[in-house]
Amino acid sequence: MSQKRRLAGTQSSQSRVFMPNEVVMEEDEDVSFTQPSSSQLQRGLDRLTPAQVDRKVAEVVQFILIKDQKKVPIKRADIVKNVIKEYKNIYPEIIKRANMKFEKVFGFQLVEVDPKNHAYILVNKLEQNPRQPAVMSPGHPKTGLLFVILSVIFMKGGVVKEPVVWNTLKKLRVDQGEKHEEFGDVKKLVTEEFVRQRYLEYTRIPHTEPLEHEFRWGVRAEKEVDKMKMLEFVSQVHDQEPQTWTKQYKEAMAAKGGSSRS
Amino acid sequence: MAVTLFDSHRRFLQTIMCNGIMEGSKAKAVHRHCCEVYHTPYTDDSLDEFIDLINSYLQPLFMQIRKGMSEDDGLQYYTLVNMAETDITRMSSDYADNELELFRKTMDLIVDSENGTASSTDVLNCADSLQTKKMKKKETEQVLSRLVQDKWLNEKHGEYTLSTRCIMEMEQYIRNIYQDLVKSCAICHNIAFQSQMCCNPSCGIKIHIPCAARYYKGRVDPRCPACSKFWPHEIPAIRTSSQVSTLSPPVASAISTSQSRRMR
Ligand SMILES: [Zn+2]
Ligand SMILES: [Zn+2]
Repeated sequence: MSQKRRLAGTQSSQSRVFMPNEVVMEEDEDVSFTQPSSSQLQRGLDRLTPAQVDRKVAEVVQFILIKDQKKVPIKRADIVKNVIKEYKNIYPEIIKRANMKFEKVFGFQLVEVDPKNHAYILVNKLEQNPRQPAVMSPGHPKTGLLFVILSVIFMKGGVVKEPVVWNTLKKLRVDQGEKHEEFGDVKKLVTEEFVRQRYLEYTRIPHTEPLEHEFRWGVRAEKEVDKMKMLEFVSQVHDQEPQTWTKQYKEAMAAKGGSSRS
Repeated sequence: MAVTLFDSHRRFLQTIMCNGIMEGSKAKAVHRHCCEVYHTPYTDDSLDEFIDLINSYLQPLFMQIRKGMSEDDGLQYYTLVNMAETDITRMSSDYADNELELFRKTMDLIVDSENGTASSTDVLNCADSLQTKKMKKKETEQVLSRLVQDKWLNEKHGEYTLSTRCIMEMEQYIRNIYQDLVKSCAICHNIAFQSQMCCNPSCGIKIHIPCAARYYKGRVDPRCPACSKFWPHEIPAIRTSSQVSTLSPPVASAISTSQSRRMR
């Protein structure tokens, strides 16, 4: 039932979908943690009752849900320190089962966004309604703002210079320099909050004087936002067929293809 | 668990989580919306059944969507509660130790009061005597407004009350900690804070204000349901059912309309 919308062509090297059966976390940056071998894992599981393991899985699910409310990546080290504790030796199994719960019950997927520091985010796997892109809280005004920014970046080929975004928003009477009654500090929302939540990437363009920045889609947007739906939506606004935008159409098709393989 | 969850269930669950707490008529609207979007069979009266199914999957995770009445407006609300850890420690990722101590002290004041409120003056006084780390007035006010924003407390005219979400999530914890100090409503049997109390000292039962409004409606000689003594309180008016809440209009389409006007 749940349509997987993994965007194969766009998976950046910074992220990958956590596959239950793969052995993850090849390197260990966090010293407190040593990746258990498969025999260690099996021995660890044998020593515990199924109920004990289930209980731990439930604790991990709750912990991640609470942490995810802030929409900032959750470090593996924090999960181990706060919840997993003495179950460290069966960590991969617990995370695998937690991920299954996220998919089956909540329509989320646990994605490792930072293989170096081992951090995860929860992404929404439910098919989104283009008229209501509930990438964040449904019906939240910030969602609309974010949707506009993402579509501008997408339609302009994946990357735009900072002034493009501000000019677009200005036309919608949202000014980066002013305190907006709904969004507060707009510049902070866009360049900090959306970036922290991994909806946007905001990077310095090298060798620019004065400093210039550009925006790209963040990892969370790549995982959660359906490009074909976005394109259809933009096409409707312009009274055109989606195919009019050849490059975007191809990219959206590729993303769809990626999802049917998963 | 014979029946499996559909995306409509998952979307409903996500929406409750995003909102923290959801009023009954909004929950109905969301239920309908989710079923329409994901083409799941829908009937007008099947919300509880729909939620029961979600709960059967949440139960192994020690979570539950629970229904409860608001002490403020008497309406039914839904929220996702965590049953494994029904105490204040769950807030520890968001609040510092002294902030949690302030919350506990506020709860003490509310439980000790007759009508389930704590005045801001009393709470500010507590902040002076925190054991973990004292708080200045300004800082205390900021913490209080965060507690209101996060929907743990409500504030009206400088009086703080426990929010519906807080009561629903922490009922068991509150009962364990305060034991006989907290009372149940004589009408609905849920824990009661904002309420009217029987003046007969050997009785002293409590009734929620919305429950009293319903119970005493149209009675000329209101009496305590437990001891039959005269009920001396003003009989509150029944709040007319709230304005029909619907899903907020899709903002993106609103924005894009203005955008399309510009683009053409
Ligand atoms: Zn009651
Ligand atoms: Zn009485």
